[in-house]
Amino acid sequence: MMLTDIQFAAMSPLLLVSATIVVVMLAIACKRHHQGNATLSVIGLNLALIACGAMIYVAQPAMTVTPLLVVDGYALFYMALILVATLATATLSHAYLEGFKGEKEEMYLLLCLSALGGLTLACAQHFASLFIGLELLSIPLYAMIAYPVKSRRPLEGGLKYLVLSAVASAFLLFGIALIYSQVGSLSFADVGGYFAAGGSRIGMLGGALLLIGLGFKLSLVPFHLWTPDVYEGAPAPVASYLATASKTAVFAVLMRYFVEAGGYYQASLVQVLSWLAFASIVVGNLLAVRQNNVKRMLAYSSIAHFGYCMVALIAGGPLAVEAVGAYLLTYVVTSLGAFGVVTLSSSPMGERDADVIYDYRGLFWRRPYLASILTAMLLSLAGIPLTAGFIGKFYVITTGVDAHLWWLLGAVVVGSAIGLYYYLRLMISLFLLDPSKHRFSAPLDWAQRTGGIMTLLAMLLMLALGIFPQPFIHLLQVSTLIPAG
Amino acid sequence: MILLWLILIPFIGGLLAWQGERVVGRGFPRWIALATMLIALGISVWLWCVGDYSLAAIGGVPQWTIEYQLPWIPRFGISLHLGIDGLSLLLVVLTNLLGVMAVACSWREIDRNVGFFHLNLLWNLGGVVGVFLTLDLFLFFFLWEMMLVPMYFLIALWGHNSPGGKGRIYAATKFFIFTQASGLIMLLSILGLVIVHYQQTGTITFDYMVLLKTVMAPKVEMMLMLGFFIAFAVKTPMVPLHSWLPDAHSQAPTAGSVDLAGILLKTAAYGMLRFALPLFPNASAQFAPVAMSFGVLGVLYGAFLCFSQNDIKRLVAYSSVSHMGFVLIGIYAGTPQALQGVVVQMLAHGLSAGALFILCGEIYERIHTRELSKMGGLWARFPYLPPIALFFTIAALGMPGLGNFVGEFLILLGSWPISPLITILASSGLVFGAVYALILVQRAFHGAPAEGAPPLKDLGKRELGMMAVLMLLLLGLGLYPQLVLDTSAASMHQVHSIYSAAQALNGVAP
Repeated sequence: MMLTDIQFAAMSPLLLVSATIVVVMLAIACKRHHQGNATLSVIGLNLALIACGAMIYVAQPAMTVTPLLVVDGYALFYMALILVATLATATLSHAYLEGFKGEKEEMYLLLCLSALGGLTLACAQHFASLFIGLELLSIPLYAMIAYPVKSRRPLEGGLKYLVLSAVASAFLLFGIALIYSQVGSLSFADVGGYFAAGGSRIGMLGGALLLIGLGFKLSLVPFHLWTPDVYEGAPAPVASYLATASKTAVFAVLMRYFVEAGGYYQASLVQVLSWLAFASIVVGNLLAVRQNNVKRMLAYSSIAHFGYCMVALIAGGPLAVEAVGAYLLTYVVTSLGAFGVVTLSSSPMGERDADVIYDYRGLFWRRPYLASILTAMLLSLAGIPLTAGFIGKFYVITTGVDAHLWWLLGAVVVGSAIGLYYYLRLMISLFLLDPSKHRFSAPLDWAQRTGGIMTLLAMLLMLALGIFPQPFIHLLQVSTLIPAG
Repeated sequence: MILLWLILIPFIGGLLAWQGERVVGRGFPRWIALATMLIALGISVWLWCVGDYSLAAIGGVPQWTIEYQLPWIPRFGISLHLGIDGLSLLLVVLTNLLGVMAVACSWREIDRNVGFFHLNLLWNLGGVVGVFLTLDLFLFFFLWEMMLVPMYFLIALWGHNSPGGKGRIYAATKFFIFTQASGLIMLLSILGLVIVHYQQTGTITFDYMVLLKTVMAPKVEMMLMLGFFIAFAVKTPMVPLHSWLPDAHSQAPTAGSVDLAGILLKTAAYGMLRFALPLFPNASAQFAPVAMSFGVLGVLYGAFLCFSQNDIKRLVAYSSVSHMGFVLIGIYAGTPQALQGVVVQMLAHGLSAGALFILCGEIYERIHTRELSKMGGLWARFPYLPPIALFFTIAALGMPGLGNFVGEFLILLGSWPISPLITILASSGLVFGAVYALILVQRAFHGAPAEGAPPLKDLGKRELGMMAVLMLLLLGLGLYPQLVLDTSAASMHQVHSIYSAAQALNGVAP
């Protein structure tokens, strides 16, 4: 099969990231140079991002590239989002890895590989590409989580993620096999047609196993057990990647599966999913309350946030795709900011990250702007107006009210109230009196470094989203999905 | 445009105060904040003087003296829609006036992080002014929630850790969670209303003027009304949902208490008058007996709890619960007299409770305790403060000639035709009010001073000036309330005409 020029152009983000991977690998083989290798990968990712941006700008029509991939507005939006999160991780890693004693350069290679997996997921319209993408996304992550391989916690986290992720993949693969046994095709369109026509019990079972597999990756309750340990063990920039890019990519493909592959026709599975969302919101928030470790707290809060996002997916209807996009956009920007501050405070890497609430006590009096950024991000996570988080929550509640999901909305309200408690607890400790001895302080010139600039940008973007969301809403409307059939 | 400036000026002033501290010096934020609030007060008083606030509604559509609209999020039909009528104007003037007082009363009390303190104070005031001006439900909710954050910081960072209490961070978090959770319930209702309107007309809008004409099934209307009511009831505060208030007050700094009692509680009453009643008149009329019973419960319960308080600020806080009970009764009685009484009561309570909290702050600054059991005999130790405090406690208990009397009298007068029983019970609250007010004065000021207690530094010029202004205004409100009543008459008539039609449908004699 020959690909036309237009198809090549449509695939350019994927191709550019692949090329970056090869170039970075060769560069590392020639000469190890931390700054140089980091710059190379950032340039490659930026080119891919520009390609995405250009295609969104000229409103590129949907383009099917092989039966596996489709590049439409939806895919472009999520590719851009994943690339932004990856770029942020790369810039954060640079300052962070300065303190790492071992080989620093492979981090960027792994990061680009994982991003490529994410991009594939965003474009996937076939179960084969879904599986390839998911594995490509996860396998480099095992190594990234356990990157400081001589330390106990990262290694433990990496192993835990490896084992549970493998189990999840097995479920997923079995589910795909069952669906294939019924449909005889792996493309989303065929499967969607099959479920629309009524489906069968085996097909339903396949759908259920598929959801279990994806639920693991999204760490929905009760498949969340790995999350806090892995977040705590992983180096701070990797944790930010896990919370943002990795989850966004999985959610993007899940949404497409629901719209195009007939997920919405499996009413009983939607029912189960709403229980999972309910449990995620309640359990995630309740467990976060008791955490003294910031990374664990953010891990539990991300469980809850994907519960909220799931509410929008369950609601369905015309607004669901837009609402999910809005929620993920705001969540990614906010989490990048929050993890960015955590990373900057922990940079350069030492024995452990600055991840105990006590480490942040009085940060406002030492680094006022950094603490202001974290404050704004926590308020955004709590969904307070003026911040991006409010727009996301507004979308979720709107879709929920539209679909009359009252008990899920009740969970959202209660969950937000509980969430407020622990966000405020961390937030206020930033302003309390400075303890005389503190182990962690971001370097004074943090704002001039790339990681610092990225965090400032995240803050500005977050405020722009919160105060004047119309341009972003326009972007979301362009990148919606048209349901099959 | 002037309305937008009313909101923006405090925000800009707050930023200047915050950054100015670093550049210019420590005293600078205070002057900037004072200047900002004086400008805002000046503008609002000027609007009062030049505007015509007697515009009658035309065909059931409220008329605004000044209106301003700018598209904001067209996707959901959201715009920056601001409007001012007599009711909004009076509350904006009150907000800005108490804003000046709040800045002035923290002149000496706050000595840490002065710039950041004034940032929070001014942003809070700006948010409240916005709540009083907005005619877009999204913007209303936006500002309603947004103003909580600065208030949280005010309590959590500059509050007191009273001995035996649970601490200022506990109080601030409790305040935030109570109001935020109830606010989200209101958001559900707002969205419910918008979607009902969308299903009928096919347009998505959050505009108050458009949504006013939405027709709803009775059950839906009741559910949506309850969502609004819960949010407002938490903030008013209505009795079973009031428990955040005493904690927040007793730990807050003086400016925070003035702000909370004087202004924030009024946003809830304003919300009922502007949104809950006109948007859901039928459900409100059905619900009125329940709401009024809760109001009476608040009047009596608040007054009873005042007796048992040892902390002087908690005592004043519970008296607020009692006074806001009257407001709740008046709003749901819905007669013109009662509604006008509500307006006067809101203003008078803002002034008197604000003044009492300032006095509590002054006492605390001098003797470093707020416990009544450690006071006593203060009359012998100050020449000016005790008589001034006596003036405001007498105002609070409803002495004729002062503003509170006018408000309570009109409310009781207006509620009588609707429900004599509730009126009788509520007026017994006046008697209890007299008892706790006198207990406050007796325990704090009378008696012999402790052996060898030195005379205390009395009020300075700044403090006396503040008190004089508040006393004169309260006296003016009591002796010539007509000025206020004329200003709010048209808006209250509008609320009354919508509500009385619904009352007639529900068989309540107006």
